[in-house]
Amino acid sequence: MTEGYRGVWVFVEQKKGEFLPVGLQLLGKGREIADRLGEKLSALVLGRDVKDKAKALIGYGADEVLVVDQPKLEDYQTDLYAHVVTELVQKERPSVFLLGATYNGRDLAPTVAGRLETGLSSDCTRLEIDEEGRLVQVVPAFRGMASILCPDRRPQMATIRPGVFRLPAPDESRTGTVREVQVDLETVENRAELVELYLQEPEGKPLEEAETVVAGGAGIGDLEGWKLIEDLAQVLGAAVGATRPPLDEGWAREDQMIGQSGKTVRPDLYIGIGISGETQHVVGIEDAKVVVAINNDPGAPIFKVADYGIVADYRKVVPVLIERFKKLKNTG
Amino acid sequence: MQILVLVKAVPDPERANEITLDPETGTVKREGIPLVINPLDRNAVEEALRLKEEKGGTVAALSMGPPAAEGPLREALALGVDRAVLLSDRAMAGADTLATARVLAAGARYLGDFDLILCGAESFDGGTAQVGPELAQFLGLPHASYVTSAREKGGLLEVEAKVEDGRKKLQVRLPALLTVSRELNRPRGLSFSGIVRARGKKVEVLSLADLGMDPSRAGVAGSPTIIGDISTPTTTRSGEIIKGDPEEVVDVLVKKLTEAGVV
Ligand SMILES: Cc1cc2nc3c(=O)[nH]c(=O)nc-3n(C[C@H](O)[C@H](O)[C@H](O)COP(=O)(O)OP(=O)(O)OC[C@H]3O[C@@H](n4cnc5c(N)ncnc54)[C@H](O)[C@@H]3O)c2cc1C
Ligand SMILES: Nc1ncnc2c1ncn2[C@@H]1O[C@H](COP(=O)(O)O)[C@@H](O)[C@H]1O
Repeated sequence: MTEGYRGVWVFVEQKKGEFLPVGLQLLGKGREIADRLGEKLSALVLGRDVKDKAKALIGYGADEVLVVDQPKLEDYQTDLYAHVVTELVQKERPSVFLLGATYNGRDLAPTVAGRLETGLSSDCTRLEIDEEGRLVQVVPAFRGMASILCPDRRPQMATIRPGVFRLPAPDESRTGTVREVQVDLETVENRAELVELYLQEPEGKPLEEAETVVAGGAGIGDLEGWKLIEDLAQVLGAAVGATRPPLDEGWAREDQMIGQSGKTVRPDLYIGIGISGETQHVVGIEDAKVVVAINNDPGAPIFKVADYGIVADYRKVVPVLIERFKKLKNTG
Repeated sequence: MQILVLVKAVPDPERANEITLDPETGTVKREGIPLVINPLDRNAVEEALRLKEEKGGTVAALSMGPPAAEGPLREALALGVDRAVLLSDRAMAGADTLATARVLAAGARYLGDFDLILCGAESFDGGTAQVGPELAQFLGLPHASYVTSAREKGGLLEVEAKVEDGRKKLQVRLPALLTVSRELNRPRGLSFSGIVRARGKKVEVLSLADLGMDPSRAGVAGSPTIIGDISTPTTTRSGEIIKGDPEEVVDVLVKKLTEAGVV
């Protein structure tokens, strides 16, 4: 079932004609994988009036850009996009197929994988090629990292969250081809039709760009405690991050979650408070320069991935920290 | 309206920190942790019950899992679903999302025709958000994922769903499958009368043979993905513990952070 499948594909999602950064990040990673395999890297673009922009993707590492440019493909719609992508995969037979784990990507990937009955892993945090040339899809698991393989079916599909891989520096001198492909959409039923998109400007500086991050976990206990986390962040000029439980509790917003299914942050300083340090969270802070952990359990795994640890009830330490930083700021 | 709701049995989120991964087998170890309805599946159950109250019809709950998954299905009965079916068979074990979706599709077909299938957008323990869309493909149904509101109007569903930085509005033809987000509704709690009513009902258990399904299509055998090795992450950080009373620790920490140039 793997015969005849060659090449690495990256789905580059566009919104209003602009390519999403995660697609470019995946081209960077895809380039490494394609080189390792000695195969071609293709960027796949669906949209309306995107032909001319598609060339830019070569600079990010693509050898070839496959463009399906049709009015009906202006915005993501499951039936139309899934039809085009499935048909192209069946025709062109890539061996590896990577997609960004945006809401649309997380809808498209399982739809295509389901139609092709192939394997799909979601929210991978590392991708490698093994000696047999297979894609090793690494995902965090409870207290560890699990390697997922798709030995007998192709393509090997994976989704990756925005920010997990770095944006490659574009190289204008790279050469490659843009190939426009036509797919007949006349007979394709669009059974879940897009009526309207409501988009808001995201508020504040994005967490993933913050130089300082103060993150709170389940150990914060209540909304009053969460306020203390926000106060500390404020005196530090930091962004507030969270693990999953504060979302479930309603203390934090979804876009504040750090980790496998959330954001990857790269601050100079990360302070994790009331956080146990489960793998699914700490994969999101690996690139922080300095990691500080405050937790009242000396056995908490977060201390193993911290530069400095404080074993204490955060309610005793954080107010003192706030006062100290306030003073520093005033004298500073 | 004939509604099918998917219910995955997951370890109680309150006790999630007891879950570990077996490095030998690559399977998740959750012994002794009680199984509950996957949190987002509670939203799916709620929506199903609300639609039934509004439009009439029936609600069936379907799960694939070990015999212990009967517990969460009993809970679904107590919440008010009319019928609860557990697909359970040794040959279903170790399934990835594709094999899970394939078996659930066989289960759905076995139970009859549905106007609407509701499931959670993500499971608490797997979190892949794949089973819903994959199931829709096996059943040939349209779907929408991460749905935050749904309303039936003249044979169509008006649906709102999440996108980055916003929402989208969709018109979905029925029959359809929706994967639901937490924002959809507030799940009801168990009532005493519900629990009493559920006592008279049974969870039906079906095997692969009952579904007429070839074992090679289910479980590990039917899964395109396999788990290779499990590793424990290695750390390069020093893990220095700063000791003392709060004033002392803060003194030392602030000094170190200032020296490092990060504050
Ligand atoms: C597929 C999947 C994806 C996931 N993705 C993510 C993700 O992207 N991001 C994420 O964060 N999680 C994710 N999770 C959840 C993850 O597994 C953990 O459940 C979560 O990170 C735990 O959060 P926590 O550390 O805040 O809570 P807990 O593990 O409950 O830890 C709370 C900590 O607070 C400490 N504490 C308690 N009281 C105090 C006090 N007064 N002072 C100081 N410390 C105190 C405790 O000692 C404990 O260590 C995912 C899970 C799965 C299955
Ligand atoms: N074994 C299962 N039995 C019933 N429903 C399931 C099962 N696995 C997944 N689901 C459904 O699919 C949703 C998404 O699961 P997942 O793809 O694991 O994130 C869940 O919220 C359930 O509604």
